[in-house]
Amino acid sequence: MNEWLYVGLFFIVGLIIPVGAIGVAWILGPKKPNPIKQSTYECGIEPIGEGWVQFKAQYYIFALVFLVFDVETVFLFPWAVKLGQLGLFAVVEGIIFILILIAGLVYTWRKGMLEWV
Amino acid sequence: MTAEQIIFLIVGAVTLIAGLMVVTVRNLVHAALWLVAALFGVAIVYTLLNAGFIAVVQVVVYIGAIAILFIFAVMLTRRQAADTGASVNKNWWAGALMAAATFAGLAFLLQGWSGFSKTASAIPLGFDAVNQLGDALTSPAGYVLPFEVASVLLLAALVGAVYLAFNKK
Amino acid sequence: MNFWNDPLKVAADWLTGILTGWGMNDVAAHVLVAFLGVLVLITILMVIDIFLVWIERKVVSRFQDRIGPNRVGPFGLIQPFADIIKLMIKEDTTPDGADKVVYNIAPMLSMMSVLILWAVVPLAPVMLGVDLNIGVLFIIAAGSIGTLSIIMAGWSSNNKFSVIGAFRCVAVMVSFEIPMLATLLIPTIFSGSMGTNAIIQSQDIWFVLLSPLAALIFLIAAIAELGRAPFDLAEGESELVSGYNIEYSGMKFGMFYAGELLHAFTFGGFWSIMFFGGYRFFGLEQVSPFLAIAIILFKALVGYWIIMWVKYTVMRIRIDQMLAFNWKFLTPVAFVLVMVTALMNALLRGAGSWLYVTGMILSNIIIAWVSLEIVRSVSKKERERVEGLKAMEVAHH
Repeated sequence: MNEWLYVGLFFIVGLIIPVGAIGVAWILGPKKPNPIKQSTYECGIEPIGEGWVQFKAQYYIFALVFLVFDVETVFLFPWAVKLGQLGLFAVVEGIIFILILIAGLVYTWRKGMLEWV
Repeated sequence: MTAEQIIFLIVGAVTLIAGLMVVTVRNLVHAALWLVAALFGVAIVYTLLNAGFIAVVQVVVYIGAIAILFIFAVMLTRRQAADTGASVNKNWWAGALMAAATFAGLAFLLQGWSGFSKTASAIPLGFDAVNQLGDALTSPAGYVLPFEVASVLLLAALVGAVYLAFNKK
Repeated sequence: MNFWNDPLKVAADWLTGILTGWGMNDVAAHVLVAFLGVLVLITILMVIDIFLVWIERKVVSRFQDRIGPNRVGPFGLIQPFADIIKLMIKEDTTPDGADKVVYNIAPMLSMMSVLILWAVVPLAPVMLGVDLNIGVLFIIAAGSIGTLSIIMAGWSSNNKFSVIGAFRCVAVMVSFEIPMLATLLIPTIFSGSMGTNAIIQSQDIWFVLLSPLAALIFLIAAIAELGRAPFDLAEGESELVSGYNIEYSGMKFGMFYAGELLHAFTFGGFWSIMFFGGYRFFGLEQVSPFLAIAIILFKALVGYWIIMWVKYTVMRIRIDQMLAFNWKFLTPVAFVLVMVTALMNALLRGAGSWLYVTGMILSNIIIAWVSLEIVRSVSKKERERVEGLKAMEVAHH
């Protein structure tokens, strides 16, 4: 039997519980909507403009840097698993891999992309 | 039909529908969320093949990073980032023809392939795919060079992205 | 097989026996029993979660020199149940212009992303949950789903504050995932496996003794991943009112809140699994599985308490400070630590265990000291630069 079946059960039950809780609350709770109640919350003031602000492009840069690091670090896990049985060669290989990764971080840093402007 | 086949068919169908929704829904954030559903479906297919590591990497990299990046990119625009133009242009029939021809060609090439009728060999007890992957990535006889080159490739991607973003400012 | 030695297997066998006795298919009975087992585990977790509300409120009030809930029941123990009844019968409002489907799915996904984490928590030597050989990465994968749920909640609410909160939250979560991944490499290197149970089994010496710096960085990254103070910019009550969950009310808000508390408790558990031996405590775990469960839950509570301690002691930092702290300090230190640990592991493996432990601790202390010295000199230069600018300004006037 595939062990992921049990993980799938966790996903299913993990959805059933919140769905059930929200469903029960939906049955029990009163339902008296009115326009004031439904209006967007802005600390008691009439909402100004649409419920949207311009996304700061800086977030996108950090997401890009994150993406590259994420992929690289995930690659390191099979290496780390085998490390105990391998010699210095594999260690040096992994270190070179990480150093190339850090070179990317240093480049981003020097270019000033890590500054919040 | 075994239980695994039934699960596969359901997941496959949901993945296909999600993929179709990605290219047909008007709201771009909805399209990105359908993309997440499609990617998650692919991750489930990997787990059905006992490829746990690949499945988790699929979720971590594609849902945790690439989908987030997509949503961020969409959010650089308006909230109701809906595309108002026609979803097909006047050359749609040519595209459809190409797709059909590609499918027919692939089907023709693969019709004699034995892999469809052969059952996969059972995975030996105690087989550890991650260990094998670690071996392949670290032994000089394996894929050491591609492993390092992948790192250089990602570095190039990062440098390129930073350069582009830097010049736009 | 004795019930007290392996309660899960005895109960499962007994139930499967009954079900097959009713003429049920063997596989179907097995799956149904597993389903019931998961249901029981998650129900127990939800009950623990209810009491976490009480613990959190009691602890925060003690930190703030108050008494906390003490009216409903002894020591206010019934208070969380009163809270739940309130959440249950509260009207569930949906703001104008909200994206209804996404708005409703988000709190469910948020709760689910926490509950699935318990699939890889080994509670006792005979109760492993699912012993995945990639358990460590599973934690990160579940975190990805949590990130997604927050972005969904923030975007669908049609509210300025919730959008800003969601952006900040995602920026924090994705940034701190990198040092977390890097520090998770260290238990993986020590134990030679990504499975949570294998990591516990190989901790004859707690990994915190081998790599205290990794334990510390993991804790910091976990607090950021949880979105708790000092990294709670996503909520930022004083500026964003409540951040991404501002428009949620009733049970949907309850899901976010309960999810956050359980998440903190769960990460206390993972901290103990990765660095403090999980259910192991000087062989006591072999006495009875119930004792092992008590040990791991106690360790998780201690971790949770430390996370609360940090939350109620340290003030919120700005987003630029936080991102700079992550990318310019935590990430480089974590990767240097991984490289040094890998190297020391290869060099000292043959040596005796005393030499191994001493070498590891020494390398950790040296890395911590050098990186702190670098930060000190850099910030000293920065201070002098700012003071120089000020002096020039004064002279100018």
